[in-house]
Parts: sequence; structure tokens; C-alpha cells
Amino acid sequence: MNKRSRRKVLIIAVVFGVGLATVLGLTAFQENLLYFYTPTQIKAGEAPQSHSFRVGGLVVNGSVSREAGSLKVQFDLTDNAETMTVQYTGILPDLFREGQGIVAMGSLQPNGMFVADEVLAKHDENYMPPEVADALKAAEQTAKERASGKI
Amino acid sequence: MWHWIQRFSSPKHFYTMSVPLIKWFTVGALLIGLYGLYLGLFVAPTDYQQGESYRIIFIHVPAAWMSLFVYMVMAASAGIGIIWQIRLADMVAAASAPIGASFAFLALVTGSLWGKPMWGAYWVWDARLTSELILLFLYLGYMALQSAIEDQRSADKASGLLAIVGVVNIPIIHYSVEWWNTLHQGATVTKFDKPSIHVDMLIPLLLMAVAFKLFYAAIVLIRARNEALYRDRNRRWVRELIEQL
Repeated sequence: MNKRSRRKVLIIAVVFGVGLATVLGLTAFQENLLYFYTPTQIKAGEAPQSHSFRVGGLVVNGSVSREAGSLKVQFDLTDNAETMTVQYTGILPDLFREGQGIVAMGSLQPNGMFVADEVLAKHDENYMPPEVADALKAAEQTAKERASGKI
Repeated sequence: MWHWIQRFSSPKHFYTMSVPLIKWFTVGALLIGLYGLYLGLFVAPTDYQQGESYRIIFIHVPAAWMSLFVYMVMAASAGIGIIWQIRLADMVAAASAPIGASFAFLALVTGSLWGKPMWGAYWVWDARLTSELILLFLYLGYMALQSAIEDQRSADKASGLLAIVGVVNIPIIHYSVEWWNTLHQGATVTKFDKPSIHVDMLIPLLLMAVAFKLFYAAIVLIRARNEALYRDRNRRWVRELIEQL
């Protein structure tokens, strides 16, 4: 192969590669630009019915129930406006806990139950030592009690 | 003024002037980086939610910031090279691309190692991760164009245009976590609000960011010097350098 044709092949390869990358990227964007739907969006019927999608929200405190002897777990997911129930069988990520933001991939059943085959934990942008987190929580609690007239 | 810029930006002048700068940038990057790593890994408190695993932030976030910063430097120099025909700017752009690609790669790898224990997945196609991957592709495309076109001036022009067009991706990466629902967290430091990170964690993070910047400054100068030698290999000043050896 002489120099000129090698150059041609290289340029074609570059153009092809960039084109492929763009197509892949755009496809990924179209499918997942909105990485997840919120329970409110799902209740409003914005989520796709035909294929599986993701739902994101906070795990409602006290809603997690596990079935004895299996990995089946059920919990409620909320965006502080609407709430929906999610069912999942499998190992949950470390950060999964009540009050935590999570994203579940799965599909909506006719009875309104969301059956997930993947659960990912979402964490927020706050970083602080546990003592500070406890102090913040305590302060919030005090403020709440004060607002409700208990103190 | 124009004459002064021309003389100051001549590769020969740059080749001699950059020597002390490289030394100081390297020393600064080493000292600040080691101190930042020590503070980050041993002194900074444990996170209330992520425990010790969050400490990868001290590599991941500076690397991600640098992948954006180096791109802006590269696109700006490429623009200067195309518009004002300053050869040194083209050299800086060409020297920056592999460094920026390394930072983007490092950000993607550390992010994926962080994602597995925290999110439960190495990779997800959310807007932040996808746009950062496109940034890596842009760097690779720039490098491919540089080496594919034999004539240096057309290579600089073609790859420079790609770099300039790719600038659209930079705000997309930065705001992706605000514009779309992403699994990736929102901005902790780079927002108008007060940073949502404890000050004992913020200081090592900023130190690491400074160290990464100095490291880049040192490496880009070294690479641009090589670029100058290679591109000017048939010019008199390089011949004279060789004869002095």
C-alpha cells in the first residue's frame, strides 16, 4: 500500500469512527437522555408502556419489606408528590436504604406495581462527616418540633 | 505589539524560555499533590453516607475538571493557530490532546470504579457519563486527524476545526446533571451556591485540582517543546541545537 492510499484509508477510518461514535451517542441519548422517570411522570402516563424503563425516587421510610427465605424485596418509591410500589429480586447496592434515592429499571404491571430487574442507588452532592450529618438531622428535628408547637 | 507577540511566540524563543517553567511546575505539582493526597487520604473525615469509598473523589473530580479545562485550552490554542497563524499555538493544541484524553480516560475509569460499589453498576448511559465519553472520542478524533494528514498545516486546520466544533460538548457535560435526570450526582463545588462538601474535604480536593493543573502545565510544556523540535527539524535553530550536541 502506498502512502496516498494509506492516507485515504486512514481518513475514511476516522470519518467512519466519528460517525459511528455520533450515531451510538445519539442513540444512547434518545433512549436515555432522561435517565429515569419520576413517580409523578409515570402517574401522568408519560412513561413508555411497551418496553422497560427506569423509575427514580426516594425509598419511603418503613416501607421496605423482605420475603423470608428469598431475595425478594418490596418497597415504596416517592418523589414527595406521588408514590408507587416497586418489587425486586436480587442483591441491593450498598447505599440502598430507607430515605435513599434509587433508580430501578423494569416495567409497570397492569396492577400499578413496578417490577424491577435492576436497582441502582443514587447519592446526592453532599459530602460531610457523620457527626455533621447527625447534627444537621438533630437541628432539622428541633426546627420541625418548634414549628409544630411542641416546644 | 504584534511584533512582540511574533517574537515571543517563536518556537525557538519558547524552547529556551520554557525550561525554568517546567522545573517550577513539576516541583509545585509534586509538593501540592503529595500534600493534597495526604490530607485527602489520611486527614479528611469519613463521609456520612459513602464511608471511605468517597476518597476516590480526590482523583476522580480533579481528573474530570482537567478533561474539560484541557479541552478548552486545546480548542482556544487551535483557534488562535487557525486565525492568527501562530505556530506555537498549534503546537500547544497538538501537545494538549493526549494529556486531555488521559484525563478523560482517568475520570471515566475512576468513576466506573466508584460507581460499582455506590450505584451498583460500573457503567450507565446517563447524560453525564455519555457526554464525558464523547469528550474522550473528540480527543481521540483530534489525535487521529493530526496523525492521518501528512501536511502539518492542513492537519492543524482540520483537527483544529474539530476541536472548535467539539466545544459545544463542554457546557453539555457541565450542565448534564441539571438538564436531565441523571444517576450521576449534581454539582458539589462548581456552582454558584456554597459548596455542599465539608471544608476538611474541600481543601484537599482543591489542592488536588491545583496539583493537576500544575502537572498539566509541566507536561504540556515538555510535549510542546518536543513538538517544536520535531516540526522545526529542518529549520536553522534546531540544526544549530543539534550541532551544539
